[in-house]
Amino acid sequence: MDELLEKAFGGDTLSIARLISKVERRDPESHEVMRRIYPRAGKAYYLGITGPPGAGKSTLVDRLTRKFCEDGFSVGIIAVDPSSPFSGGALLGDRIRMNIKRKPEWDIFFRSMSAGKIVGGLSETTKEAARILDACGKDVIIVETVGVGQSELDIAGATDTVLVVLVPESGDSVQIMKAGLMEIADVFAVNKSDRSGAETIAESIGTMLERRSTFYKTKWVPRVFLVAAMRNWGINELYEGIRKHRTHLQNDSHLENRRKTQLKVELRRLVEKEIVRLVWQRLNETELGDQLVNDIWEHRLDPESAALEITAGVKMV
Amino acid sequence: MARPIKVVMAKLGLDIHWRGVYLVSQFLRDAGMDVVYIGNKFPEQIVEAAMQEDADVVGMSTLGGNHLTLGLKTVDLLGKSDMAGVKVFMGGVIPPKHIPQLLDGGVHKVYGPDTPMETIINGIKDSVSV
Repeated sequence: MDELLEKAFGGDTLSIARLISKVERRDPESHEVMRRIYPRAGKAYYLGITGPPGAGKSTLVDRLTRKFCEDGFSVGIIAVDPSSPFSGGALLGDRIRMNIKRKPEWDIFFRSMSAGKIVGGLSETTKEAARILDACGKDVIIVETVGVGQSELDIAGATDTVLVVLVPESGDSVQIMKAGLMEIADVFAVNKSDRSGAETIAESIGTMLERRSTFYKTKWVPRVFLVAAMRNWGINELYEGIRKHRTHLQNDSHLENRRKTQLKVELRRLVEKEIVRLVWQRLNETELGDQLVNDIWEHRLDPESAALEITAGVKMV
Repeated sequence: MARPIKVVMAKLGLDIHWRGVYLVSQFLRDAGMDVVYIGNKFPEQIVEAAMQEDADVVGMSTLGGNHLTLGLKTVDLLGKSDMAGVKVFMGGVIPPKHIPQLLDGGVHKVYGPDTPMETIINGIKDSVSV
């Protein structure tokens, strides 16, 4: 593994790809990979792109990647597409939108991932894969979620800037007042704005954002950009808008605070996962589990009391 | 936890006629595989995608007569890129007399029209020992 890591740190495409696979496969070495990767990660800028299916996220990734490359940055992209809940398979179609006419010196690494059973818009190992790209020297990491609805918001916990992509048909002012997607955006793009209704939705979003930020006195007011990625309209302005958020993050420890909040959530999730694993392992070794299920089935015990009985041992820690 | 078999699927070169590759891609997905569909691509681009995606299998669909040229070039480039372990499958309209040449050149299997879907699915599953 030393050799694989060395080559990956040197930028070797295949080695980076194989490191990501190790983590995706939950290979016995995957923890060791992440342990060795982590000290080198943290330098990159993480941009998340999310929005409903068909909003044009992948095409925007293509356009923004070119802008980052023109400015001399290397770019790592992770694009997540949904897995079938029936077969577990997936058709990953984001790569087909990457049609940049590349200059040879541009450094782009694109990886498709299937979401698996995770419903938050990312896959279980998206964050790890992003960190590998970060540690292997990519300056900008772009993470594209599956097409989301209103409550798949994992991207907000994995990136520094969240770009929410909508289309003119994304809904009226009541949709915009609803919770979820609208609250995690740092920057908005109304894509396909060559269609009618684009100005109306952009205005509705803009008005809502202004009122909120006046009331809550927020330092950052998300801006709404009208773009048409296929026609290359508005890309420069959107790119500048994203860069502006990046600059904002660098002031007053905004980035540090944001990442620390994310890390706390991540740590909590990992601890929860490990505790559940340990408790369940113990439970399977004894007959207590089956016994409790029987008691619940016979209505001698309610599920919550049973859970408290199981976790009583954990409280010792 | 095992990752699904990962297949990079391409239309070789400037060939059109997408229906076959779309159909096969969907059936492979239904068979539990992760299929990265990359559209019309040339050998260098197919190899780059296979590398970045760390593909187990590369599938190329061609009905345009470029199987001996671009098809074999792709296999050759994969070998030169330290990816000789990737299994290459070709499908489409390919004259039977060219098949031995393709297999000699390192193509794992060639499937003509009317190949039953099970044959393709099992052919891929058998070729990959994940």
